[in-house]
Amino acid sequence: MARTVLPFGPQHPVLPEPMHLTLAVEDEIVREAIPKLGYVHRGLEKLAEIRDHTQMIQIVERVCGICSTLHALCYCQGIEALMNVEVPPRARFLRVVWAEMHRIHSHLLWLGLFADAFGFESLFMQFWRIRERIMDLQEATSGNRVIVSVNLVGGVKRDIEPDTERWILDTLKIVEKEVLQLKSTIMDDFTVKRRTVGKGVLTQERAYELGAAGPTLRASGIAQDMRQTGYAAYGELDFTPVIETDGDCYARTVCRFNEIFQAIDLIRQAFAKLPQGELAVKPKGLPNGEVVSRVEQPRGEVLYYLKGTGKKFLDRLRIRTPTFANIPPLLEMLPGCDLADVPVLILTIDPCISCTER
Amino acid sequence: MFMTKTVLKNLVTRYATRLYPFHKKEPFSRVKGELKIVMEKCILCGVCQMRCPSQCIVVSKQEKTWQVDPFACVYCGICVDACPVKCLFQEGLYRAPLAEKDMVLHVQEAKPEAAPPTT
Repeated sequence: MARTVLPFGPQHPVLPEPMHLTLAVEDEIVREAIPKLGYVHRGLEKLAEIRDHTQMIQIVERVCGICSTLHALCYCQGIEALMNVEVPPRARFLRVVWAEMHRIHSHLLWLGLFADAFGFESLFMQFWRIRERIMDLQEATSGNRVIVSVNLVGGVKRDIEPDTERWILDTLKIVEKEVLQLKSTIMDDFTVKRRTVGKGVLTQERAYELGAAGPTLRASGIAQDMRQTGYAAYGELDFTPVIETDGDCYARTVCRFNEIFQAIDLIRQAFAKLPQGELAVKPKGLPNGEVVSRVEQPRGEVLYYLKGTGKKFLDRLRIRTPTFANIPPLLEMLPGCDLADVPVLILTIDPCISCTER
Repeated sequence: MFMTKTVLKNLVTRYATRLYPFHKKEPFSRVKGELKIVMEKCILCGVCQMRCPSQCIVVSKQEKTWQVDPFACVYCGICVDACPVKCLFQEGLYRAPLAEKDMVLHVQEAKPEAAPPTT
């Protein structure tokens, strides 16, 4: 049968953000996929020329709403490396707490969106209801629900008092229980498994060659996680990456699902080891030199390249986000799948298009 | 089938959502909401204007005015931390919706004690 070309996106019910794929299909089987990006480019990197290096924290937080604090963390770590700032231990542990809270809410958001992608709307509501508890924790501790603006060059802005700490730990217990209740629905349900098991298989070799990142990579059996490098306080916490070996949509779901429990465990560990002390040190001087800073986001590794020339303004800021790294693996997964599975496959890389295009 | 327990539980528990305009959530104590100023304390130094990442504050020393563009403010709270006399503060609630975009203008009244001493 002759090939038919179908446009997928930029406006599609399953896509929270605009991305276009030109699909060449033969009898409802996708043969080729060509991506087109650039619908939400905002030129945030260019702003580094007119906003000084401390004001840029607020700008990089707005690269992505879902992983805002991790962008700020990555940027601050880069600037701290350029200015030789030693971050106080308490600040490093608190950064872990907020980063892991972000990971939980991002994964719950994704699980909901994923359930919606294969048409299970009530499960979508259940996950998002649990997520609301984490959003409340973020609002109460940082002051904002989504843009958790706590990172500073040299530390963090806010402290978590013992009362709040107890409240966070109690809430996490409830979250853990509620997520566990939904475990069998997303993992053992016959209909859900028919939509995910064996779909969009990414082998270990191809995942590595194509440079996949985050859960997309770990679900293919490669235990690579930026948290292993021990940035912030991860070096002092007990941490091993969650991996799955099948490399299909189901494995990616299980991987993200298990990462929620790991994140809860990391927050508990961080609170157990939380040292007393100051929250931030005042940085001296101006950023000078080049640095590459890397952080593990919910979606994978984010990379910041910073170049300072001893002035208030950075010479160059370059951001590479995990979704950008996960688009080549997505194009590898798509050929050979059913047209009806395309939304599910796109969702399994957890696309964040505004991150990718900045 | 696996959802049965959750569904049954949902039938007997309260709504997860609020009936918004009738029932509003009590804001948490340290939420960064709408930016406000105590104009009497302000020394018009302009530090807030300088530090603001979204450049939504305009301070004029000559006219003794302090203006904020509530639509440009990103609720980051940097001005509140930077203010040397702590005259800025953020309310727990977000700004209410408005029909027109406008700057919020505050003018400092002439201080009565500013009159030169007679002796």
